[in-house]
Amino acid sequence: MTPSSVIQRVRLKQTSVLPGFGLSMGFTLFYLALLVLIPLGGLVLFTGTRITLDEFWVKAIADPRVLASYRLSLGGSFIAALLNAVFGLIVAWVLVRYEFPGKRFMDAIVDLPFALPTAVSGIALTTLYVHTGWIGRWFEPLGIQIAYAWPGIIIALTLIGLPFVVRTVQPALEGLEPEIEEAAASLGATRWQTFVYVTLPTVMPSLLTGFALAFARAVGEFGSVYFIAGNMPYKTEIAPLLILIKLEQFDYVGATAIGVVMLIVAFVLLLIINLLQWWSRRHQL
Amino acid sequence: MDENLSAFRAIRSNTESALARRILIGTALTFIGLFLFLPLVLVFSYAFREGFGMYLFSFTTPDAVSAIRLTLVAAAIAVPLNTLFGVAAAWAIGKFEFKGKSVLITLIDLPFAVSPIIAGLIFVLLFGSLGWFGPWLRDLGISIIFATPGIVIATMFVTVPFVARELIPLMQAQGTEEEQSALTLGASGFQTFRHVTLPNIKWGLIYGVILTNARAMGEFGAVSVVSGHIRGQTNTMPLHIEILYNDYQMTAAFAVASLLAFLAVVTLVIKFMVEWKAHRDRDAAARRVEQGNSP
Repeated sequence: MTPSSVIQRVRLKQTSVLPGFGLSMGFTLFYLALLVLIPLGGLVLFTGTRITLDEFWVKAIADPRVLASYRLSLGGSFIAALLNAVFGLIVAWVLVRYEFPGKRFMDAIVDLPFALPTAVSGIALTTLYVHTGWIGRWFEPLGIQIAYAWPGIIIALTLIGLPFVVRTVQPALEGLEPEIEEAAASLGATRWQTFVYVTLPTVMPSLLTGFALAFARAVGEFGSVYFIAGNMPYKTEIAPLLILIKLEQFDYVGATAIGVVMLIVAFVLLLIINLLQWWSRRHQL
Repeated sequence: MDENLSAFRAIRSNTESALARRILIGTALTFIGLFLFLPLVLVFSYAFREGFGMYLFSFTTPDAVSAIRLTLVAAAIAVPLNTLFGVAAAWAIGKFEFKGKSVLITLIDLPFAVSPIIAGLIFVLLFGSLGWFGPWLRDLGISIIFATPGIVIATMFVTVPFVARELIPLMQAQGTEEEQSALTLGASGFQTFRHVTLPNIKWGLIYGVILTNARAMGEFGAVSVVSGHIRGQTNTMPLHIEILYNDYQMTAAFAVASLLAFLAVVTLVIKFMVEWKAHRDRDAAARRVEQGNSP
C-alpha cells in the first residue's frame, strides 16, 4: 500500500465520522429532482414525443425570423463578451495592482449586475441612451442611435456579463508570482513585452473562462435587453423574446423548438466552461 | 555594479509608467462609471424627480400594493426553501467525499446556466393549459400558470444555486476537524451543526440568503413567462415596473425600481462586509501562527 492511499483511507474514514450524509444528500437530490431535473426532463420529453423532425426544422431552423434572432443573440453576446474581456481585464488589473481613490467602491460595485434586477438595469439603460437621455442626447446630433438599435443591445449584454471576467481574472492576477515578471524584466524585456509574453499567457485560461461565462450569460439574457432592444422582428429581436412571443400565441411547439436550440447552446457553453476551468486549474499548479 | 543596474531595471520596468497607470485607472473608472454607476444614479434621480410625495404615492396605488405583496409572498416561500437546500447540499458536498460530486455541483448550477425564459417555458410545458398536467389540473380546478403558484415555482427554480454556491467553497475550506472534536466531546449531530458549523459559515450564509432574496424579488424573465401579466393579480414588482414604464409613468416605474435597486445595494454592502470579515479572520489566524512560532 502506498503512503498516499493510506492517507486517503484515513481521510475517508475521518470524514465519514460526521453524521447527516444520508439526510442532506437525500434532501439535495430530492429537491433538485423535483424542481430542476423533472421539469427539464419534461422539456426533453415534449421535444421527443410532440415535435416531429420536420416541425423542428421549420420552426427552429428554416424560419428566417428565428435565424435572425439567433444571429443577433449570438453575435451581440460575442461582441459584449469581447468588450468585457478587454475592459474586465483592465478593471481586474487596476484593482489588483494599483492604489487609487475609489478603489474599494469600484471593487464592490463590480458585482452590481448579480444583484440588480434585469428589469431595473433595462429601464435605466434605456432611459440613459434614448435620444433625449443623459448619454443618448450626445449621440443624437451625430446620427447615432443607441437605444432601440443594436448598440443598445450590446450595452445591455455587456453590463450583465461584466462581473464574470473581472471575478475570474482577479484571483489569477493576485496569484501571479512577482518573480516571474521580475525575471523577464531583468532579462531585458520591456514592460509591454513582459505583459504580452509572460503575464497575459498566464492569466489567459482565466480570461477565456471569464469570456465564456459572460458569453453564456448574455446568450440567455432577457430582461435588460427587452427594454432597450426595441424588439423589431428580423432586426432587434433576440431569441429568448421569440420564445415568449410564441408562448403568448400558445405555439408550444415553436417555443419549445427554439428553446431546445438555446438549451443545446447553453449546454455546449457549460461544457466548454468546465473544460476551461479544468485547464486553468492545471495551469496554476 | 552590473547586478545593481539590472536589479534597478527590473524594478523600473516592472511597474508601468505613471502615464500608463493613469490611463488604465481612467479607463477602468470610465467603464465602471458608464455601465454600473450611472444607471444606478439614474434610477434614484428619476424616482425622486417629482419630489418625495410623488415617490411615496407610487407605492400606494392598488396595483403597486398587490405587486409588492406578491413579490414578498414569492420570496417568503422561495428564500427559506432554497436556503435549506443550500445548507443541505453544502453539508453533503463540503464535508463528505463521494463519486459524481462535480456532476452534482454542475446540476446545482444548471438553473443559473439556462435562460430565464427557458426556466419559464419548462413550467408552462408542465402546467400550462396545453402542457403535460394541463388537462388534469383544469379538471381539478387548479391553476398554476398565470397564477401565484407558477410565479412561486419559477422564482424557486431561478434562485436554486445561490446559497449552495456561497456555502460549498466555505464548507470545503473549513474541513471537518472542528466538527469531529465536537462529536468526540459528546455533542449530538445537530448540536455540532448549530454550535460549530453554523458560526463558521454564518457570514457566507447571510450573504447567500440576501443574494437569493434580491434575485427572487427581482426575477423578470421566468416570472414574465408564467405570470400572464394580470394587473392586480399576477404582477410582481419587476412586472409592475414593466407596465408602468410602457405606460410612460416614468416616475412611478423608477420609484418601484428604486426599492429593488436599494435591495441590490444592500446586497453589495453585505458582500463587502463578509469579505472584509473573512480577510480579517485570515489575517488574525496568520498572526496567531506567527506568534506561536516565535516565542
